[in-house]
Amino acid sequence: MDATTSAITWTKQRPQPSWLVRLFDWKPFLIFACMLPAIGLLMVFLTYPLGLGIWLAFTDATIGRDGRWIGIENFIWLAEDPIFWSAVFYSVFYTAVATVGKFGLGLWLALLLNNHIPFKSVLRAIVLLPWIVPTVLSAIAFWWIYDAQFSVISWFVVDVLGLRDRYFDFLGSPWPARWSLIAANIWRGIPFVAITLLAGLQTISPSLYEAALLDGSTGWQRFRYITFPLLLPILAIVMTFSIIFTFTDFQLVYAITRGGPVNSTHLMATLAFQRGIPGGQLAEGAAIALAMVPFLVFATLFSYFALARRKWQQGESND
Amino acid sequence: MSDAAANTAGRTRKESATVVPELMSWDTRSRRVVTIYVPLACFVFILLFPFYWMTITAFKPNNELYNLRDYNPLWIRSPTLDHINHLLFNTAYPSWLMTTMGIAVGSTFLSLFAATLAAYAIQRLRFKGSQYVGLAIYLAYLVPPSILFIPLALMVFKLGLFDSPFALILTYPTFLIPFCTWLLIGYFKSIPYELEECALIDGATRLQILTKITLPLATPGLISAGIFSFTLSWNEFIYALAFISSSEKKTVPVAILTELVTGDVYQWGALMAGSLLGSLPVAIFYSFFVDYYVSSLTGAVKE
Repeated sequence: MDATTSAITWTKQRPQPSWLVRLFDWKPFLIFACMLPAIGLLMVFLTYPLGLGIWLAFTDATIGRDGRWIGIENFIWLAEDPIFWSAVFYSVFYTAVATVGKFGLGLWLALLLNNHIPFKSVLRAIVLLPWIVPTVLSAIAFWWIYDAQFSVISWFVVDVLGLRDRYFDFLGSPWPARWSLIAANIWRGIPFVAITLLAGLQTISPSLYEAALLDGSTGWQRFRYITFPLLLPILAIVMTFSIIFTFTDFQLVYAITRGGPVNSTHLMATLAFQRGIPGGQLAEGAAIALAMVPFLVFATLFSYFALARRKWQQGESND
Repeated sequence: MSDAAANTAGRTRKESATVVPELMSWDTRSRRVVTIYVPLACFVFILLFPFYWMTITAFKPNNELYNLRDYNPLWIRSPTLDHINHLLFNTAYPSWLMTTMGIAVGSTFLSLFAATLAAYAIQRLRFKGSQYVGLAIYLAYLVPPSILFIPLALMVFKLGLFDSPFALILTYPTFLIPFCTWLLIGYFKSIPYELEECALIDGATRLQILTKITLPLATPGLISAGIFSFTLSWNEFIYALAFISSSEKKTVPVAILTELVTGDVYQWGALMAGSLLGSLPVAIFYSFFVDYYVSSLTGAVKE
């Protein structure tokens, strides 16, 4: 008797959920609903502007006037513009030198931090600081450090060490200004490189080093044949990011020199801004921005092939 | 300075005594000092010096600031709050801070909402082609703001958002969403799928699974994505420079550079005080969550 009654209550139907709940439980709709905010925002504010930027580069739009199609006239105009070519040259130079500096020093710092040292976590936190603080604000600090009259570096070299008799003119002439900006960029980039490479270093098994030590390897050999090859995949990814964001850098140059003296420190991004927004020549700015794309595509392909190589090395499934 | 150096040297000697098994015979203590601690000290000095210089300038009276002969520039004889006072009461600095805070919080919440749903769909609902959508979102992160700001400025203008904080709240997600989605995909991957299967068998709907199982377990991931977004939007410069024109609506980095630099005479004390105060919120915020920060930074790169 008891068994049948309990069986009856047990077979009782669950209340049917409302249509809204069922709709959200229907997988295709749920996927659509979940992807909608992200894809929607990215389509409207990333993909569409990207297309609009390409269109603008082939028009004669200015602020307040819609452009008409003029073909590659903007690019022909730019090809005869020495300031544009100087910006291209400095963008490539800036990226190349800063990347080499960042990665050399960053790798060194990562290797140092990978040792057994006291206060390691505090050191890691301190090291990340330049990367956390808003770039423009630290750039202003560099601007002050590079000041022609009150530079602390000049004070140290001239008044304390007595190595020179005149203060440095960091930002007053083209080449010193270029090198000063590169130094500031390296300063800002070291933390990111060091911390990410440190994470890569920590995944390398110590037994490899022990085996190499038993075989009588030197320190350089251990670095060359163990550390470096195993670090290569992560190095490639970090380097791609670094190259892309150094090449398109804007804040540092805009804050410290605004492209001067005599347009010698313009990067392509700052030149695009100067022509496009304050200058009002939207189309010309868009053309300069579009000219950066081939370099970026090159860097992205580099990343893609490095990633593919890593999967092949580790025999991972395509997950 | 030399005091502190001696102090750390003493400490390192003590510490290295405790890790003796680490040392090989050729790896003597003095060698360790030269190859590790000296370069490390140089790195820390160079990485921190601009902040020291920023701080000390912010509290230095003008007569000391512009007289390197009679005063040692590395120290302050008589500290002053004049620059900070000027900044807080004679400029619109407080309102810049509030604007920046509002924009950063708004865009962070918007991007976290969108990114969480997208990451959940890509990682857990596993529809056909989900990995390509993931890859596309990753590639979106590689599109730098420097090539987007001109068309975006045109769009913002046409949408009537020019000179409004909403222009920034809506455009910052273009770089925040890809980043957060990528970070959260990695995080969701670490949560066992079995938990969700159990819930499905117990009759939970997928939305219930998301809100009652996956999201609570993913809280650390959400926090680190939130920190990242907040600092990235606090630091953003080029959009804020291009889309905002009226003085009181500017964000801190833009306002310091465009409003405090007046004419040919730079007020370095006020500039440095502004930079210091603008850096502090991020630095404090970050110091609370530094472990999350480092682990998610490295985790995101390892992915």
